[in-house]
Amino acid sequence: MTSVDHPSGPHLVLEAGRADRHYWRDIWSYRGLLFILAWRDVAVRYKQTVIGIAWAFVRPFLTMVVFTVVFGHIAKLPTSNGIPYAIVVIGGLLPWTLFSSILGDASQSVLSNGNLIAKVYFPRMIVPLSTVLVVLIDFAVSLSILAGVMIWYAVVPGWQILLLPVFVLLALLASLGPAIWAAAIVVKYRDFRFVIPFVLQFGLYVSPVGFQSTVVPEQWRLLYNLNPMVGIIDGFRWCIVGGESPIYLPGFVLSLVVTAVFLWIGIGTFRRIERGFADLI
Amino acid sequence: MADTVIRAENLGKKFVIGHKIERDGLLREVLTTGARAMLRKGADLMRGRPLPAGDQLEEFWALRDVNFEIKAGELVSIIGRNGAGKTTLLKILSRITEPTTGRVEVKGRVNSLLEVGTGFHPELSGRENIFLNGAILGMSRTEMRRRFDEIVDFSGVEKFIDTPVKRYSVGMYVRLAFAVAAHLEAEILVIDEVLAVGDAEFQTRCLNRMSEVAGSGRTVLFVSHNFAAVAALTRRSIVLQGGQLSFDGPVEAGLAHYTSTLAKSGPDRHWGRGKDTTLISAEMVDQRGMSTERFVSGTPLRLRVVVETTGMPGMSLEATLRDQHNLPIGFYSSSAFNQVLLPAKPGRYEGILSLDAYQLAAGEYGFDLQTTQTNIVVDHKVESAVRFTVDACSPDGVAYNFRQDLGAGHLAMRLTGPLEFVPARSSDAPGNPQLARQSG
Repeated sequence: MTSVDHPSGPHLVLEAGRADRHYWRDIWSYRGLLFILAWRDVAVRYKQTVIGIAWAFVRPFLTMVVFTVVFGHIAKLPTSNGIPYAIVVIGGLLPWTLFSSILGDASQSVLSNGNLIAKVYFPRMIVPLSTVLVVLIDFAVSLSILAGVMIWYAVVPGWQILLLPVFVLLALLASLGPAIWAAAIVVKYRDFRFVIPFVLQFGLYVSPVGFQSTVVPEQWRLLYNLNPMVGIIDGFRWCIVGGESPIYLPGFVLSLVVTAVFLWIGIGTFRRIERGFADLI
Repeated sequence: MADTVIRAENLGKKFVIGHKIERDGLLREVLTTGARAMLRKGADLMRGRPLPAGDQLEEFWALRDVNFEIKAGELVSIIGRNGAGKTTLLKILSRITEPTTGRVEVKGRVNSLLEVGTGFHPELSGRENIFLNGAILGMSRTEMRRRFDEIVDFSGVEKFIDTPVKRYSVGMYVRLAFAVAAHLEAEILVIDEVLAVGDAEFQTRCLNRMSEVAGSGRTVLFVSHNFAAVAALTRRSIVLQGGQLSFDGPVEAGLAHYTSTLAKSGPDRHWGRGKDTTLISAEMVDQRGMSTERFVSGTPLRLRVVVETTGMPGMSLEATLRDQHNLPIGFYSSSAFNQVLLPAKPGRYEGILSLDAYQLAAGEYGFDLQTTQTNIVVDHKVESAVRFTVDACSPDGVAYNFRQDLGAGHLAMRLTGPLEFVPARSSDAPGNPQLARQSG
């Protein structure tokens, strides 16, 4: 037990509008809570379901089948160099699901943990970050679909597959910016709870999930890459099938820039609004 | 040696609250005010301001110009009636919310307990919830492991530790939750009214635990309406009134000061609003209907209550009688006891609760009033709405004054018939079985 005569803890000053100097160090010291909250969500998520964590597998698998049938077999969208359509779809679907789950779950996270926020102090950023961990676990499970499909079509990956973790990280960062922004803004303006599912639905069709970005006319491609997921999904496919699905480099760089800008805005907005969370919830 | 661990300077917290304007239901009226409100909200959204519900905005200072210093190892209670700013102050000290003006300096690790069982998840087992709750309250993993057995022991729910807490009874749930909280280690402990849980035996245990914590040299800030607990646990009191510090000093003087502010409050004080109903005023009246603050034991206890309703059906009026230690001693519910509800037509109503002619012990009393929806959801609650004094309690006019502070309860019990002692019939005498057998 620490002696009270010599307070060893931090010396804090609380006043209006004071930016927390040790913000990131504070988050680091609360990392235990981050993992506990993520563990809670995982533990609770599949309680009282029959097939449990298998849902993380079934959902993307069925979506892949539907996309393959609708776009590949009925609409007969072309793929470059005869890559099997299922590979194209799963290569786009995995990063997109990662993005949309993070944005969808994290944007609701602060509101749904309102009771915690109103009663206990901890760096608020912990809450959306913990939902990212939860989504990552589902993502790891659904990676097995990719492995299965590659074995089925006898696709041998090149050295590029080693770069896959880099693109997973990029997909995380790309989704984190908008997700953190939305998590904060939803607390203030609940309207955005209805806007985000709509944006995600829309985004599924404007991102190259069911098709390759090569179908976009050359003069529009740079503009198309303003959607940060375009560069990331392209990169994902490139990791899987290598040179057969090339990366459009200027577009990829643009995607990175957009990602960084979103992240900047997201963190800035969150930190500005989070001080008032307890009063708004 | 006596370091200052908390120093608050000119602390203030402002809220903006919205009021709904009364509408006469004209469609044109509704449309124009609605459109105006929407325009205003749109403008606020652009400027990044919060959107309070309502048509008219009002600023409200929950806390204003509060100054105090607390030294290491001090045991301080914060008292004041609901809405006086106690919880707001605790929330600022525990970094949950920011002050609008002024500043607080805090030295040392603060652990705050504004509610027991924060973050408990019904689907998780008792064991899992201990770890979850501990982490939320700021305990480290090693601390948690070291304290785990102690916590389970204290809660007394070992047998069900692997059962989801949704299967727990309310009592078990609360005991587990408090057990975690009681084992927090911090230099400064901030505790909101959390002792008012569990059965009497558990409450005693909690109080003992609290005094143990208090005795171990930690700084404790404690909010409670339980005067006995405040007096037992703390040495110094800070009394808040309407968001301002009205007293700071020894605990006995603080409690006396608080009681005197309660007594002074007339029916004109502002009670806030409920969602559908609002208690406007209440007073005790004598037989002739005149307002009074003195109750004569043995006469009907009459409360005149004025209440406003939006016409929401199913609203009930309830009253809780409390003694000088603020412990509840009586309860009345218009819907549960008499199936009487507030009128389902909007408007302002007045009613007189004419209660039994109790022989209340001499001393101070208060009534809490509240309106509830179907007996469950509290709509508007006013603590200490009516205060009154009983000067003397001498049932049947005998010259003996039965006082509350004798510790023998609050009711002088009266006979319904004359009490006579007559020689016992021998057959009824339990002390002499032989006699009984002979006559049988």
